[in-house]
Amino acid sequence: MPSPGASLIPDLLAGSRRALAQTISAIEDGVVEAPALLSALYPHTGRAHVIGVTGAPGTGKSTLVNALAKAYRAAGKTVGVIAVDPTSPFSGGALLGDRVRMRDLAGDPGIFIRSMATRGSLGGLARATADVISVLDAAGFERILVETVGVGQAEVDIASAAHTTLVVEAPGLGDEVQAIKAGVLEIADLFAVNKADREGADRTVLVLQMMQGLAPAPTGHHRATAGSALPQPGPQEDGSWLPPILKTVATRGDGVEALREWIERHAAYLRALDGWSRREAARAATELERILRDRLLAHLLAALPADRLAQMVTAIVRREIDPYTAAEQLLTQAV
Amino acid sequence: MTQRKIRVLIAKPGLDGHDRGAKVIARALRDAGMEVIYTGIRQTPEMIVEAALQEDVDVVGLSILSGAHMALCPRILELLRREGMDDVLVLVGGIIPDEDVAPLKALGVAGVFGPGTSTREIVEFIRSRVSDASAVDASGLAASAVAVGSERP
Ligand SMILES: Nc1nc2c(ncn2[C@@H]2O[C@H](COP(=O)(O)OP(=O)(O)OP(=O)(O)O)[C@@H](O)[C@H]2O)c(=O)[nH]1
Ligand SMILES: [Mg+2]
Repeated sequence: MPSPGASLIPDLLAGSRRALAQTISAIEDGVVEAPALLSALYPHTGRAHVIGVTGAPGTGKSTLVNALAKAYRAAGKTVGVIAVDPTSPFSGGALLGDRVRMRDLAGDPGIFIRSMATRGSLGGLARATADVISVLDAAGFERILVETVGVGQAEVDIASAAHTTLVVEAPGLGDEVQAIKAGVLEIADLFAVNKADREGADRTVLVLQMMQGLAPAPTGHHRATAGSALPQPGPQEDGSWLPPILKTVATRGDGVEALREWIERHAAYLRALDGWSRREAARAATELERILRDRLLAHLLAALPADRLAQMVTAIVRREIDPYTAAEQLLTQAV
Repeated sequence: MTQRKIRVLIAKPGLDGHDRGAKVIARALRDAGMEVIYTGIRQTPEMIVEAALQEDVDVVGLSILSGAHMALCPRILELLRREGMDDVLVLVGGIIPDEDVAPLKALGVAGVFGPGTSTREIVEFIRSRVSDASAVDASGLAASAVAVGSERP
Protein backbone atom coordinates (compact mmCIF):
# COMPACT_ATOMS: atom_id res chain seq x y z
CA MET A 1 0.00 0.00 0.00
CA PRO A 2 1.45 3.39 -0.88
CA SER A 3 2.24 5.45 2.17
CA PRO A 4 -0.09 8.40 2.67
CA GLY A 5 2.65 10.21 4.54
CA ALA A 6 5.17 10.45 1.73
CA SER A 7 4.01 13.78 0.40
CA LEU A 8 2.78 15.20 3.67
CA ILE A 9 5.08 18.21 3.95
CA PRO A 10 5.00 19.25 0.26
CA ASP A 11 1.20 18.89 0.34
CA LEU A 12 0.97 20.97 3.51
CA LEU A 13 3.11 23.69 1.99
CA ALA A 14 0.97 23.59 -1.14
CA GLY A 15 -2.09 24.32 0.98
CA SER A 16 -3.61 20.89 1.65
CA ARG A 17 -5.71 21.11 4.79
CA ARG A 18 -5.79 17.35 5.12
CA ALA A 19 -1.98 17.21 5.09
CA LEU A 20 -1.91 20.02 7.65
CA ALA A 21 -4.28 18.14 9.95
CA GLN A 22 -2.31 14.90 9.61
CA THR A 23 0.99 16.64 10.30
CA ILE A 24 -0.44 18.11 13.50
CA SER A 25 -1.56 14.63 14.55
CA ALA A 26 1.85 13.14 13.84
CA ILE A 27 3.48 15.80 15.98
CA GLU A 28 0.92 15.51 18.78
CA ASP A 29 1.34 11.76 18.79
CA GLY A 30 5.08 12.21 19.02
CA VAL A 31 5.89 9.76 16.22
CA VAL A 32 9.61 9.15 15.83
CA GLU A 33 9.66 11.32 12.71
CA ALA A 34 8.19 14.34 14.50
CA PRO A 35 11.57 16.07 14.89
CA ALA A 36 12.30 15.54 11.18
CA LEU A 37 8.91 16.97 10.25
CA LEU A 38 9.48 20.01 12.41
CA SER A 39 12.95 20.47 10.95
CA ALA A 40 11.51 20.43 7.46
CA LEU A 41 8.88 22.99 8.42
CA TYR A 42 11.15 25.31 10.35
CA PRO A 43 12.44 27.34 7.36
CA HIS A 44 8.82 28.21 6.60
CA THR A 45 8.01 29.50 10.07
CA GLY A 46 8.50 32.84 11.77
CA ARG A 47 5.86 34.82 9.94
CA ALA A 48 2.83 34.37 12.16
CA HIS A 49 1.77 36.63 15.01
CA VAL A 50 0.89 34.29 17.89
CA ILE A 51 -1.79 35.51 20.26
CA GLY A 52 -2.47 33.64 23.48
CA VAL A 53 -6.00 33.91 24.87
CA THR A 54 -6.29 32.78 28.46
CA GLY A 55 -8.59 33.28 31.43
CA ALA A 56 -10.77 31.48 33.95
CA PRO A 57 -13.26 28.83 32.77
CA GLY A 58 -16.39 30.27 31.20
CA THR A 59 -15.21 33.86 30.82
CA GLY A 60 -16.00 33.68 27.10
CA LYS A 61 -12.60 32.88 25.60
CA SER A 62 -13.93 30.69 22.77
CA THR A 63 -16.69 33.15 21.93
CA LEU A 64 -14.11 35.92 21.87
CA VAL A 65 -11.74 33.88 19.70
CA ASN A 66 -14.65 33.33 17.31
CA ALA A 67 -15.34 37.08 17.18
CA LEU A 68 -11.67 38.02 16.90
CA ALA A 69 -11.11 35.54 14.10
CA LYS A 70 -14.02 37.10 12.21
CA ALA A 71 -12.56 40.57 12.76
CA TYR A 72 -9.20 39.38 11.43
CA ARG A 73 -10.86 37.85 8.37
CA ALA A 74 -12.63 41.14 7.72
CA ALA A 75 -9.22 42.78 7.92
CA GLY A 76 -7.91 40.35 5.31
CA LYS A 77 -5.80 38.11 7.55
CA THR A 78 -5.85 34.31 7.63
CA VAL A 79 -6.32 32.79 11.07
CA GLY A 80 -5.28 29.56 12.73
CA VAL A 81 -6.97 28.64 16.00
CA ILE A 82 -5.66 26.20 18.59
CA ALA A 83 -8.10 25.48 21.40
CA VAL A 84 -6.45 23.65 24.27
CA ASP A 85 -8.39 21.77 26.93
CA PRO A 86 -7.04 19.61 29.72
CA THR A 87 -6.63 15.87 29.46
CA SER A 88 -8.38 14.01 32.24
CA PRO A 89 -5.69 12.70 34.57
CA PHE A 90 -7.87 9.70 35.35
CA SER A 91 -8.77 8.37 31.93
CA GLY A 92 -6.25 10.08 29.67
CA GLY A 93 -9.20 11.18 27.55
CA ALA A 94 -10.45 14.70 26.95
CA LEU A 95 -13.65 16.48 26.05
CA LEU A 96 -12.83 19.29 23.66
CA GLY A 97 -15.83 21.59 23.38
CA ASP A 98 -14.52 24.95 22.26
CA ARG A 99 -15.67 24.48 18.66
CA VAL A 100 -19.27 24.80 19.82
CA ARG A 101 -18.68 28.57 20.14
CA MET A 102 -16.82 28.85 16.84
CA ARG A 103 -19.49 27.75 14.41
CA ASP A 104 -19.47 31.14 12.66
CA LEU A 105 -16.04 30.26 11.32
CA ALA A 106 -17.23 27.20 9.39
CA GLY A 107 -16.72 27.10 5.66
CA ASP A 108 -13.97 29.70 5.51
CA PRO A 109 -10.78 28.41 3.87
CA GLY A 110 -8.86 31.27 5.51
CA ILE A 111 -9.45 29.67 8.90
CA PHE A 112 -8.22 26.44 10.43
CA ILE A 113 -9.34 25.31 13.87
CA ARG A 114 -7.70 22.55 15.85
CA SER A 115 -8.74 21.32 19.28
CA MET A 116 -5.94 19.97 21.40
CA ALA A 117 -5.74 18.10 24.66
CA THR A 118 -2.84 18.81 26.99
CA ARG A 119 -2.02 15.09 27.26
CA GLY A 120 -0.24 16.23 30.41
CA SER A 121 3.03 14.70 29.43
CA LEU A 122 6.71 15.40 29.18
CA GLY A 123 7.38 18.99 28.33
CA GLY A 124 3.81 19.91 29.16
CA LEU A 125 1.61 22.32 27.35
CA ALA A 126 4.35 24.58 26.06
CA ARG A 127 6.00 21.87 24.04
CA ALA A 128 2.98 20.53 22.26
CA THR A 129 1.44 23.91 21.53
CA ALA A 130 4.71 25.46 20.41
CA ASP A 131 5.09 22.65 17.89
CA VAL A 132 1.52 22.90 16.61
CA ILE A 133 1.93 26.68 16.37
CA SER A 134 4.96 26.07 14.16
CA VAL A 135 2.94 23.82 11.87
CA LEU A 136 0.16 26.40 11.41
CA ASP A 137 2.80 29.09 10.94
CA ALA A 138 4.50 27.06 8.20
CA ALA A 139 1.11 26.50 6.58
CA GLY A 140 0.90 30.25 6.17
CA PHE A 141 -1.64 31.37 8.77
CA GLU A 142 -0.91 34.99 9.58
CA ARG A 143 -2.51 35.19 13.00
CA ILE A 144 -2.62 32.24 15.37
CA LEU A 145 -5.03 32.40 18.29
CA VAL A 146 -4.29 29.93 21.08
CA GLU A 147 -7.00 29.45 23.70
CA THR A 148 -6.02 27.91 27.03
CA VAL A 149 -7.91 27.70 30.27
CA GLY A 150 -6.08 29.88 32.72
CA VAL A 151 -5.32 27.43 35.45
CA GLY A 152 -1.92 27.30 37.04
CA GLN A 153 1.01 26.63 34.79
CA ALA A 154 -0.99 26.61 31.56
CA GLU A 155 -1.27 30.35 31.30
CA VAL A 156 2.37 30.93 32.05
CA ASP A 157 3.27 28.35 29.42
CA ILE A 158 1.09 29.98 26.82
CA ALA A 159 2.57 33.38 27.55
CA SER A 160 5.99 31.96 26.76
CA ALA A 161 4.75 30.55 23.44
CA ALA A 162 2.89 33.70 22.33
CA HIS A 163 3.96 37.14 21.16
CA THR A 164 0.89 38.75 22.65
CA THR A 165 -1.08 37.43 25.61
CA LEU A 166 -4.70 38.42 26.08
CA VAL A 167 -6.17 37.72 29.51
CA VAL A 168 -9.97 37.45 29.52
CA GLU A 169 -11.86 38.40 32.65
CA ALA A 170 -15.59 38.59 33.20
CA PRO A 171 -17.75 40.23 35.84
CA GLY A 172 -19.64 38.19 38.34
CA LEU A 173 -16.90 35.84 39.46
CA GLY A 174 -17.64 36.86 43.03
CA ASP A 175 -15.14 39.04 44.79
CA GLU A 176 -13.06 40.29 41.88
CA VAL A 177 -10.21 41.33 44.06
CA GLN A 178 -9.68 37.70 44.93
CA ALA A 179 -10.96 36.15 41.72
CA ILE A 180 -8.46 37.99 39.57
CA LYS A 181 -5.17 36.36 40.22
CA ALA A 182 -2.14 38.50 40.86
CA GLY A 183 -0.12 36.41 38.41
CA VAL A 184 -2.07 37.65 35.41
CA LEU A 185 -0.41 41.03 35.68
CA GLU A 186 2.88 39.44 34.77
CA ILE A 187 1.63 37.69 31.68
CA ALA A 188 -1.05 40.02 30.30
CA ASP A 189 -0.27 42.30 27.38
CA LEU A 190 -3.97 43.11 27.11
CA PHE A 191 -7.03 42.58 29.26
CA ALA A 192 -10.50 41.97 27.89
CA VAL A 193 -13.32 42.42 30.34
CA ASN A 194 -15.81 40.27 28.48
CA LYS A 195 -19.54 39.98 29.17
CA ALA A 196 -19.59 43.73 29.49
CA ASP A 197 -23.35 43.49 28.97
CA ARG A 198 -23.54 42.09 32.46
CA GLU A 199 -23.64 44.01 35.66
CA GLY A 200 -20.32 44.64 37.33
CA ALA A 201 -18.12 45.05 34.27
CA ASP A 202 -17.09 48.56 35.30
CA ARG A 203 -16.10 47.25 38.69
CA THR A 204 -13.98 44.53 37.10
CA VAL A 205 -12.26 47.19 35.01
CA LEU A 206 -11.64 49.21 38.14
CA VAL A 207 -10.19 46.27 40.01
CA LEU A 208 -7.81 45.62 37.14
CA GLN A 209 -6.77 49.28 37.09
CA MET A 210 -6.24 49.05 40.80
CA MET A 211 -4.02 46.04 40.35
CA GLN A 212 -2.07 47.96 37.74
CA GLY A 213 -1.57 50.63 40.36
CA LEU A 214 -3.67 53.11 38.42
CA ALA A 215 -6.66 53.42 40.70
CA PRO A 216 -7.05 53.33 44.46
CA ALA A 217 -8.95 50.43 45.99
CA PRO A 218 -12.67 50.89 45.52
CA THR A 219 -14.15 51.85 48.86
CA GLY A 220 -17.89 52.10 49.02
CA HIS A 221 -19.19 55.32 47.50
CA HIS A 222 -15.83 56.94 47.07
CA ARG A 223 -14.99 55.41 43.79
CA ALA A 224 -11.99 56.79 42.06
CA THR A 225 -12.98 58.56 38.89
CA ALA A 226 -10.88 57.55 35.95
CA GLY A 227 -9.46 61.01 35.46
CA SER A 228 -7.03 62.37 32.93
CA ALA A 229 -4.18 61.94 35.40
CA LEU A 230 -4.06 58.23 34.63
CA PRO A 231 -1.31 57.18 32.22
CA GLN A 232 -2.61 56.09 28.85
CA PRO A 233 -2.31 52.39 28.09
CA GLY A 234 0.11 51.23 25.41
CA PRO A 235 3.78 52.15 25.01
CA GLN A 236 5.19 54.22 27.89
CA GLU A 237 8.01 56.71 27.86
CA ASP A 238 10.34 54.30 29.61
CA GLY A 239 9.83 51.77 26.84
CA SER A 240 7.48 49.56 28.82
CA TRP A 241 3.96 48.58 27.78
CA LEU A 242 0.92 49.32 29.91
CA PRO A 243 -1.75 46.72 29.11
CA PRO A 244 -5.03 48.26 27.97
CA ILE A 245 -8.25 47.08 29.58
CA LEU A 246 -10.97 46.65 26.99
CA LYS A 247 -14.63 45.89 27.49
CA THR A 248 -16.13 43.38 25.08
CA VAL A 249 -19.40 41.58 24.48
CA ALA A 250 -18.10 38.62 22.53
CA THR A 251 -21.56 37.23 21.75
CA ARG A 252 -22.45 40.43 19.90
CA GLY A 253 -19.00 41.37 18.71
CA ASP A 254 -19.03 44.65 20.64
CA GLY A 255 -15.57 46.03 21.32
CA VAL A 256 -13.91 43.26 19.33
CA GLU A 257 -12.60 45.43 16.51
CA ALA A 258 -11.03 47.76 19.10
CA LEU A 259 -9.47 44.72 20.75
CA ARG A 260 -8.09 43.55 17.43
CA GLU A 261 -6.59 46.98 16.81
CA TRP A 262 -4.92 46.89 20.23
CA ILE A 263 -3.47 43.46 19.51
CA GLU A 264 -1.99 44.87 16.32
CA ARG A 265 -0.68 47.87 18.23
CA HIS A 266 1.08 45.52 20.64
CA ALA A 267 2.72 43.69 17.73
CA ALA A 268 3.87 47.04 16.31
CA TYR A 269 5.25 48.02 19.72
CA LEU A 270 7.20 44.75 19.95
CA ARG A 271 8.61 45.21 16.46
CA ALA A 272 9.55 48.85 16.96
CA LEU A 273 11.38 48.26 20.20
CA ASP A 274 13.13 45.16 19.05
CA GLY A 275 10.91 43.38 21.53
CA TRP A 276 9.73 41.07 18.78
CA SER A 277 13.15 39.61 18.22
CA ARG A 278 13.76 39.50 21.97
CA ARG A 279 10.57 37.46 22.39
CA GLU A 280 11.61 35.29 19.48
CA ALA A 281 15.00 34.80 21.09
CA ALA A 282 13.42 33.91 24.42
CA ARG A 283 11.13 31.43 22.69
CA ALA A 284 14.02 29.91 20.78
CA ALA A 285 16.16 29.64 23.91
CA THR A 286 13.42 27.90 25.88
CA GLU A 287 12.82 25.57 22.98
CA LEU A 288 16.44 24.69 22.49
CA GLU A 289 17.05 24.14 26.19
CA ARG A 290 14.08 21.85 26.42
CA ILE A 291 15.13 19.79 23.42
CA LEU A 292 18.68 19.56 24.72
CA ARG A 293 17.51 18.52 28.16
CA ASP A 294 15.31 15.78 26.71
CA ARG A 295 18.02 14.55 24.39
CA LEU A 296 20.78 14.64 26.97
CA LEU A 297 18.68 12.73 29.46
CA ALA A 298 17.76 10.14 26.85
CA HIS A 299 21.42 9.90 25.88
CA LEU A 300 22.58 9.52 29.45
CA LEU A 301 20.01 6.88 30.30
CA ALA A 302 20.89 4.94 27.17
CA ALA A 303 24.51 4.86 28.24
CA LEU A 304 23.72 3.31 31.60
CA PRO A 305 22.91 -0.33 32.30
CA ALA A 306 19.17 -0.90 32.28
CA ASP A 307 18.61 -1.20 36.03
CA ARG A 308 21.28 1.26 37.13
CA LEU A 309 18.85 4.10 37.68
CA ALA A 310 16.48 1.94 39.69
CA GLN A 311 19.37 0.72 41.86
CA MET A 312 20.39 4.29 42.59
CA VAL A 313 16.84 5.23 43.50
CA THR A 314 16.69 2.32 45.94
CA ALA A 315 20.03 3.32 47.42
CA ILE A 316 18.85 6.90 47.86
CA VAL A 317 15.67 5.80 49.58
CA ARG A 318 17.72 3.60 51.93
CA ARG A 319 19.91 6.60 52.68
CA GLU A 320 22.95 4.69 51.45
CA ILE A 321 23.73 7.57 49.15
CA ASP A 322 22.45 11.12 48.70
CA PRO A 323 20.87 12.21 45.40
CA TYR A 324 23.67 14.67 44.56
CA THR A 325 26.43 12.09 44.89
CA ALA A 326 24.25 9.60 43.04
CA ALA A 327 23.81 11.99 40.12
CA GLU A 328 27.54 12.65 40.08
CA GLN A 329 28.31 8.93 39.97
CA LEU A 330 25.79 8.28 37.20
CA LEU A 331 27.24 11.09 35.12
CA THR A 332 30.78 9.82 35.58
CA GLN A 333 29.72 6.30 34.74
CA ALA A 334 27.82 7.34 31.61
CA VAL A 335 30.43 9.62 30.09
CA MET B 1 7.31 8.40 23.68
CA THR B 2 4.46 8.19 21.19
CA GLN B 3 1.10 8.82 22.74
CA ARG B 4 -1.48 8.13 20.10
CA LYS B 5 -5.08 8.72 21.11
CA ILE B 6 -8.27 7.78 19.38
CA ARG B 7 -9.92 11.04 18.28
CA VAL B 8 -13.68 11.16 17.87
CA LEU B 9 -15.92 13.90 16.53
CA ILE B 10 -19.40 13.91 18.03
CA ALA B 11 -21.80 15.94 15.98
CA LYS B 12 -25.49 16.53 15.86
CA PRO B 13 -26.66 17.18 12.34
CA GLY B 14 -30.14 18.30 11.50
CA LEU B 15 -32.58 20.61 13.12
CA ASP B 16 -33.68 18.88 16.30
CA GLY B 17 -32.41 20.79 19.25
CA HIS B 18 -31.60 18.53 22.13
CA ASP B 19 -28.22 16.92 22.58
CA ARG B 20 -28.35 15.15 25.91
CA GLY B 21 -27.70 11.75 24.36
CA ALA B 22 -24.77 13.04 22.34
CA LYS B 23 -23.21 14.53 25.46
CA VAL B 24 -23.59 11.28 27.40
CA ILE B 25 -21.74 9.45 24.64
CA ALA B 26 -19.08 12.18 24.46
CA ARG B 27 -18.36 11.84 28.18
CA ALA B 28 -18.31 8.06 28.05
CA LEU B 29 -15.76 8.10 25.25
CA ARG B 30 -13.63 10.60 27.14
CA ASP B 31 -13.79 8.36 30.20
CA ALA B 32 -12.60 5.53 27.97
CA GLY B 33 -9.46 7.54 27.23
CA MET B 34 -10.45 9.03 23.89
CA GLU B 35 -10.16 12.65 22.76
CA VAL B 36 -13.67 13.78 21.94
CA ILE B 37 -14.34 16.88 19.91
CA TYR B 38 -17.84 18.04 20.59
CA THR B 39 -19.35 20.39 18.03
CA GLY B 40 -22.87 21.00 19.27
CA ILE B 41 -26.26 21.01 17.65
CA ARG B 42 -27.52 21.95 14.22
CA GLN B 43 -24.47 21.04 12.25
CA THR B 44 -24.69 20.87 8.49
CA PRO B 45 -22.96 17.96 6.71
CA GLU B 46 -20.41 20.48 5.42
CA MET B 47 -19.61 21.72 8.92
CA ILE B 48 -19.24 18.17 10.21
CA VAL B 49 -16.87 17.09 7.48
CA GLU B 50 -14.82 20.27 7.75
CA ALA B 51 -14.42 19.71 11.49
CA ALA B 52 -13.57 16.03 10.98
CA LEU B 53 -10.88 17.03 8.52
CA GLN B 54 -9.32 19.77 10.64
CA GLU B 55 -9.39 17.62 13.75
CA ASP B 56 -8.07 14.58 11.86
CA VAL B 57 -10.42 12.26 13.71
CA ASP B 58 -10.55 8.50 13.49
CA VAL B 59 -14.27 8.37 14.18
CA VAL B 60 -17.29 10.53 13.39
CA GLY B 61 -20.27 9.85 15.65
CA LEU B 62 -23.57 11.29 14.47
CA SER B 63 -26.52 11.65 16.76
CA ILE B 64 -29.71 11.87 14.73
CA LEU B 65 -33.14 11.99 16.32
CA SER B 66 -34.94 13.94 13.63
CA GLY B 67 -35.57 11.05 11.27
CA ALA B 68 -33.52 12.73 8.57
CA HIS B 69 -30.74 10.13 8.69
CA MET B 70 -31.42 8.82 5.16
CA ALA B 71 -30.81 12.31 3.82
CA LEU B 72 -27.93 13.35 6.10
CA CYS B 73 -25.79 10.22 6.15
CA PRO B 74 -25.26 9.80 2.40
CA ARG B 75 -24.28 13.47 2.13
CA ILE B 76 -21.79 13.25 4.99
CA LEU B 77 -20.27 10.04 3.64
CA GLU B 78 -19.97 11.55 0.19
CA LEU B 79 -18.25 14.66 1.51
CA LEU B 80 -15.86 12.55 3.59
CA ARG B 81 -14.96 10.53 0.51
CA ARG B 82 -14.42 13.69 -1.49
CA GLU B 83 -11.90 14.83 1.14
CA GLY B 84 -10.10 11.51 0.97
CA MET B 85 -11.33 10.49 4.39
CA ASP B 86 -12.83 7.15 3.43
CA ASP B 87 -11.00 5.48 6.29
CA VAL B 88 -12.89 7.42 8.96
CA LEU B 89 -15.26 5.24 10.96
CA VAL B 90 -18.78 6.67 10.77
CA LEU B 91 -21.21 5.72 13.51
CA VAL B 92 -24.83 6.71 13.80
CA GLY B 93 -26.79 6.83 17.01
CA GLY B 94 -30.34 7.84 17.73
CA ILE B 95 -33.68 6.69 16.53
CA ILE B 96 -33.10 4.64 13.40
CA PRO B 97 -35.86 2.26 12.18
CA ASP B 98 -34.69 -1.32 11.66
CA GLU B 99 -35.35 -1.26 7.95
CA ASP B 100 -32.91 1.64 7.51
CA VAL B 101 -29.96 -0.11 9.14
CA ALA B 102 -28.98 -2.25 6.18
CA PRO B 103 -29.15 0.62 3.64
CA LEU B 104 -27.06 2.82 5.94
CA LYS B 105 -24.42 0.11 6.27
CA ALA B 106 -24.44 -0.39 2.52
CA LEU B 107 -23.65 3.30 2.20
CA GLY B 108 -20.61 2.92 4.41
CA VAL B 109 -21.88 3.58 7.93
CA ALA B 110 -19.84 1.27 10.15
CA GLY B 111 -22.23 0.97 13.04
CA VAL B 112 -25.77 1.93 13.98
CA PHE B 113 -26.60 2.22 17.67
CA GLY B 114 -30.14 2.51 18.89
CA PRO B 115 -31.35 4.15 22.10
CA GLY B 116 -30.81 1.00 24.17
CA THR B 117 -27.12 0.64 23.37
CA SER B 118 -24.76 0.73 26.33
CA THR B 119 -21.92 3.19 26.07
CA ARG B 120 -19.57 0.34 26.80
CA GLU B 121 -20.68 -1.43 23.65
CA ILE B 122 -19.84 1.67 21.61
CA VAL B 123 -16.44 2.02 23.28
CA GLU B 124 -15.60 -1.61 22.49
CA PHE B 125 -16.79 -1.24 18.93
CA ILE B 126 -14.56 1.77 18.35
CA ARG B 127 -11.58 0.12 20.00
CA SER B 128 -11.96 -3.00 17.88
CA ARG B 129 -12.23 -1.03 14.66
CA VAL B 130 -9.68 1.74 15.12
CA SER B 131 -6.20 0.35 15.17
CA ASP B 132 -2.80 1.92 14.86
CA ALA B 133 -2.99 1.08 11.16
CA SER B 134 -5.03 4.22 10.70
CA ALA B 135 -2.13 6.33 11.88
CA VAL B 136 -0.20 7.98 9.09
CA ASP B 137 2.53 5.68 7.90
CA ALA B 138 5.59 6.84 9.76
CA SER B 139 8.26 5.76 7.27
CA GLY B 140 6.55 7.91 4.66
CA LEU B 141 6.69 10.89 7.00
CA ALA B 142 10.44 10.60 7.34
CA ALA B 143 10.85 10.37 3.58
CA SER B 144 8.83 13.51 3.01
CA ALA B 145 10.69 15.42 5.68
CA VAL B 146 13.98 14.54 4.09
CA ALA B 147 12.74 15.42 0.63
CA VAL B 148 11.63 18.86 1.70
CA GLY B 149 14.71 19.40 3.77
CA SER B 150 16.98 18.80 0.80
CA GLU B 151 15.03 21.22 -1.38
CA ARG B 152 16.00 24.05 0.88
CA PRO B 153 18.16 26.71 -0.74
N1 LIG C 1 -23.78 37.69 28.32
C1 LIG C 1 -22.67 37.31 27.69
N2 LIG C 1 -22.40 36.00 27.60
C2 LIG C 1 -21.28 35.64 26.95
C3 LIG C 1 -20.39 36.57 26.38
N3 LIG C 1 -19.36 35.92 25.84
C4 LIG C 1 -19.59 34.60 26.04
N4 LIG C 1 -20.75 34.43 26.71
C5 LIG C 1 -21.36 33.16 27.12
O1 LIG C 1 -20.57 32.59 28.15
C6 LIG C 1 -20.60 31.18 28.05
C7 LIG C 1 -19.18 30.63 28.02
O2 LIG C 1 -18.56 31.07 26.83
P1 LIG C 1 -17.28 30.34 26.21
O3 LIG C 1 -16.87 31.14 25.04
O4 LIG C 1 -17.57 28.90 26.02
O5 LIG C 1 -16.27 30.53 27.42
P2 LIG C 1 -14.80 29.90 27.59
O6 LIG C 1 -14.03 30.86 28.41
O7 LIG C 1 -14.25 29.54 26.26
O8 LIG C 1 -15.11 28.59 28.41
P3 LIG C 1 -14.13 27.37 28.69
O9 LIG C 1 -13.42 27.05 27.40
O10 LIG C 1 -15.04 26.28 29.13
O11 LIG C 1 -13.20 27.82 29.78
C8 LIG C 1 -21.40 30.83 26.81
O12 LIG C 1 -22.70 30.52 27.20
C9 LIG C 1 -21.35 32.12 26.02
O13 LIG C 1 -22.46 32.29 25.16
C10 LIG C 1 -20.73 37.96 26.50
O14 LIG C 1 -20.02 38.86 26.05
N5 LIG C 1 -21.88 38.26 27.16
MG1 LIG D 1 -13.53 27.69 25.56
